[in-house]
Amino acid sequence: MVEKLFIQGNEACALGAIKAGCRFFAGYPITPSTEVAENLARLLPKYGGSFVQMEDEISSMGAVIGASWGGSKAMTATSGPGISLMQENLGYAFMTETPLVIVNVQRGSPSTGQPTMASQSDMMQVRWGSHGDYEPIALSPSSVQEYFDFTIKAFNLSEKYRVPVFLMTEESIGHMREKISIPKSVDLVARKEPTMSPDEFLPFKNRKNATNPMPAFGDGYKVHVSGLTHNEIGYPDTNNPKTHAVLVKRLCNKILKNREKITSVKSEFTDDADVVVVCYGAPVRSVTTAVKEAREEGIKAGYLKINTPWPFPDDDVKAVCESAKDIIVPEMNLGQMVHEVERVFAGDAEVHLLSKIGGELPKPSEVLNAIKSVGGN
Amino acid sequence: MRKEIRIAGFGGQGVILAGIIIGKAASLFDNINAVQTQSYGPEARGGASKCDVVISDEEIDYPKVENPDILVAMSHEALIKYMVDLKQGATLIIDPDMVQEDDIKDFIKERDLTVYHAKATATTVNEIHLKIVANIVMVGAITKATGIVSEEAARKSILDSVPKGTENKNIDAFEAGMRIVEA
Repeated sequence: MVEKLFIQGNEACALGAIKAGCRFFAGYPITPSTEVAENLARLLPKYGGSFVQMEDEISSMGAVIGASWGGSKAMTATSGPGISLMQENLGYAFMTETPLVIVNVQRGSPSTGQPTMASQSDMMQVRWGSHGDYEPIALSPSSVQEYFDFTIKAFNLSEKYRVPVFLMTEESIGHMREKISIPKSVDLVARKEPTMSPDEFLPFKNRKNATNPMPAFGDGYKVHVSGLTHNEIGYPDTNNPKTHAVLVKRLCNKILKNREKITSVKSEFTDDADVVVVCYGAPVRSVTTAVKEAREEGIKAGYLKINTPWPFPDDDVKAVCESAKDIIVPEMNLGQMVHEVERVFAGDAEVHLLSKIGGELPKPSEVLNAIKSVGGN
Repeated sequence: MRKEIRIAGFGGQGVILAGIIIGKAASLFDNINAVQTQSYGPEARGGASKCDVVISDEEIDYPKVENPDILVAMSHEALIKYMVDLKQGATLIIDPDMVQEDDIKDFIKERDLTVYHAKATATTVNEIHLKIVANIVMVGAITKATGIVSEEAARKSILDSVPKGTENKNIDAFEAGMRIVEA
């Protein structure tokens, strides 16, 4: 039986986490993400899980990493200022290949900015925020249903690739209420555990584009979990150039070489489109209205919705926008993902940023005007 | 057909819950689509607070209310702040004890508004003896005056949304709202 509910985005995220098997949450409340924590504080104990309100976001990320190595599917939820504090431990999570999910309900930034207003200004923060080379996965929902579905997907991807996964939403979707369907059962990715004897097990083995099995603390396997450059056993080996190159390339390639399996997009009206709007997250809602109106006026416009900003879906964007002369990228920031679109097109099409900051969604009329002004007429 | 509804008042009157109930009635019990959004932050704690609902039999893309077809004003401040957004020929529902309708007579004429009156606050004090259900009285008034949701859906939505043990008082409030609303 499918259960239907009329609920807020952040509440849907909490339900999705429970459905995905998340049994640990540590965090520090921050608008506009607090309802995720609030709902999980109520739900987790009922499912045998744990909820901890920490003293700040630094310790929150530490606790989530620890819970994951303890064998739990673990998550936290925050907003831009919280992600800033989490960056050091996030780097440790990438280096130690710790599966976990971080929800970022984005608000106006920089600094404490606009707590109750929406933005998309952390898209590069989660891509490059911690020092070093690494490849994150990020998902961007555009509806309350997708926020639920993508939460489950985030856990699955994080377990499959042993990597932190960001759920990048905005205040608009976090606080919006819509109808969602909760399926009775969902497909889950179980953490791959080692099957060989503890003596033979290499926890950080150099596997080509694949993820190593991960034992939980207490399973009997000896695992040294270090943020230092480590060898296949997990021991620091920091002066060996080869060890470092092999390790960091493996961390990146397990994502990049599986890009097609990870990324997902949705497009409409793009086959003959002169203008394609490339969008993600909440602004998709304005874009779909605008593109339909443009079509009614005889303008050949289409849109491409990116579900996974990271890794960026290069090939999909290229394929869908092939016929387009102009590409519009609406963002609730001063231009972040637009650089990725420009990189992919490198001169083949005109890429225009439609930027709006201040906390409000772009209006459909603003997107429609942009479509008209770039040559849709 | 897309309809935009804004319910506004001051923080604490329960306008948010009223909007959630309307949205839930439409989407779960009338089986059409609804999206609800609301004001957050300091303005929701005493100042003018608003709750927006978009209802449509088609998929709802843009989730925000720009020009309401229906404005429900439970305070004068909220009325003045939000009436300018109303569509030409829209519906305005007011609590006459909470707003000065005389102040906006010209505006009502200019914008060709259909005005309904529901003494929600007085009714809750005098009839239900529980002031906090004024929002549910308004849900009754909205349902009766606009038909935006069915009576049955509104009832089910109220029962699904209010705290256990308060169902009877809230249904009384809903019925009072249906009864007292007048042009």
